[in-house]
Amino acid sequence: MPTEIRLSGFGGQGMALAGLLLGKAFSLYAGREAVMTQAYGPEARGGASSANLVVSDTPIDYPFVEHPDVLIAMSQEAYTKFRPTAKPGALILIDEELVTPNGDDNVWAIPATHLAEDLGRRIVANVIMLGFFVAVTGLIGREELEKALETTLRPKILQLNMRALATGLEYKS
Amino acid sequence: MMGGKAVLTGQHFMNGDDACAEGALAAGCRYFGGYPITPSTEIAERLARRLPEVGGVYMQMEDELGSIASILGASAAGARAMTATSGPGFSLMMENLGLGVMLELPCVIVNIQRGSPSTGLPTMAGQSEVMQARWGSHGDYGIVAYAPSSPQEIFDLTILAFNVADRYRVPVIVLGDEVIGHMVERVTIPPADQIPRWERKRPAHPPEFYVHERFKSFRADEDNLVPPLAHAGEGYRVHFTGLTHDEIGYPEMSAETHHELVTRLVNKIRHNAPDIIRTESLYLDDAQIVVISYGCTARSARRAVLDARAAGIPVGLLRLISIWPFPETLIQELAQTAETFIVAEMNLGQIRLEVERCVRRPVRGIHHAGGAMIHPEPILDAIREAAGLR
Repeated sequence: MPTEIRLSGFGGQGMALAGLLLGKAFSLYAGREAVMTQAYGPEARGGASSANLVVSDTPIDYPFVEHPDVLIAMSQEAYTKFRPTAKPGALILIDEELVTPNGDDNVWAIPATHLAEDLGRRIVANVIMLGFFVAVTGLIGREELEKALETTLRPKILQLNMRALATGLEYKS
Repeated sequence: MMGGKAVLTGQHFMNGDDACAEGALAAGCRYFGGYPITPSTEIAERLARRLPEVGGVYMQMEDELGSIASILGASAAGARAMTATSGPGFSLMMENLGLGVMLELPCVIVNIQRGSPSTGLPTMAGQSEVMQARWGSHGDYGIVAYAPSSPQEIFDLTILAFNVADRYRVPVIVLGDEVIGHMVERVTIPPADQIPRWERKRPAHPPEFYVHERFKSFRADEDNLVPPLAHAGEGYRVHFTGLTHDEIGYPEMSAETHHELVTRLVNKIRHNAPDIIRTESLYLDDAQIVVISYGCTARSARRAVLDARAAGIPVGLLRLISIWPFPETLIQELAQTAETFIVAEMNLGQIRLEVERCVRRPVRGIHHAGGAMIHPEPILDAIREAAGLR
């Protein structure tokens, strides 16, 4: 069965880039099939935006995420909008300072934005969340994501993002 | 900024628009004349950055009429040339698409379809320009259109489009859609020496040879009805006009010349259809039920056919990779053994009517006017119903 992953937040938090990095890691470095789609149009400019990934061992036909197995929510609006779309037992990963979850969820919380500020750049909260995703889900390895970062990001910002990935990975333990 | 790589050999995680642009570069496209429009904009954006790196020209035109006119000019001067647009821009290109057909100038026109008609749904998918791709310009003519189902395939088909355009001196349309244009998937780009290349048919002799007798840009060879193409500026004294013309290219207002010319333009594609047509077959050998689909919708059709096969239903999929020319013979052959035909497409019946014309019986259509890709479920429901399971 394919795994469906939805990365959501508000416009500007880098959810599209996070989805691209994660999809690239699955597709090019982990030997899986992966498709990423995004919401286009007015809803992608501010408000709750999302990047969506289908990951599978066999070719993917229908490319859209319908009921995520994993939901990343980096804003309350995104959590409220997308939580109902997720499967009942879905893994929910949240920025704990920006999202107040409903009681009964399978929730994994990390202060990603706060940790990013500690690293000096709030903008890397998305990559901290990717590190946290690796640690919590075990769906993909650290090395695969590091390769995706190396082949996607400009050298100038690579080291900061590598530190952000490590920060998210180490937070769980 | 010269010295960039034209062929980005390797594996990429790339959207269909970017893959289309890279396919064009790999095919040797060195001129893009365009007017960006959603959801094709990423093609223009990428080529605006990439073409100067490889010694090519990106020309931001004033509108879509100018865009297609400019690629015809670039083609006449010898370049592999392309433009990319979506519904509203495609409509504006129709007049000069016919000029390209009449002048027999190879070029590639990409239409990343969105919800239509008119301004429609700029950011959402459509497949409603199937008939416009065939008949959108005035007059009788032959045309070629390919419909990719993945980012990898739009890369491959953009290369094929350039090759077919050059071999047959005809504009070729890449009829994509927003789902394929924007979805991100693995794209494998082969080494540069493995990119297939079909050349234009060129004059048999250098310009000096044609002193006493003019070179004839429109005298077709008997073998495939394609005349050799001399480029403007090479010294062959070429003349191009949209008026009905003689073999040199000068206007000739006669019914005989017109009939002969237009008939050749149609037959050039018709007679060479076996070389141009591309289809993909899945489980068709023993299929009693045949699903026909193309573009993004074919992905859902494949899912539905695989699920139905797993349930023991004798169903197969014919995926149209080329839409035009239409694979009439293949569908007529399938109609000898298969009972039921189902067409799934994101319009209200454009290819269904073509299939009905071939199979001479009513065809079940799974249609949607556009804005949302058709889900596998309604296609699976139609297959089950055809199998008497509902």
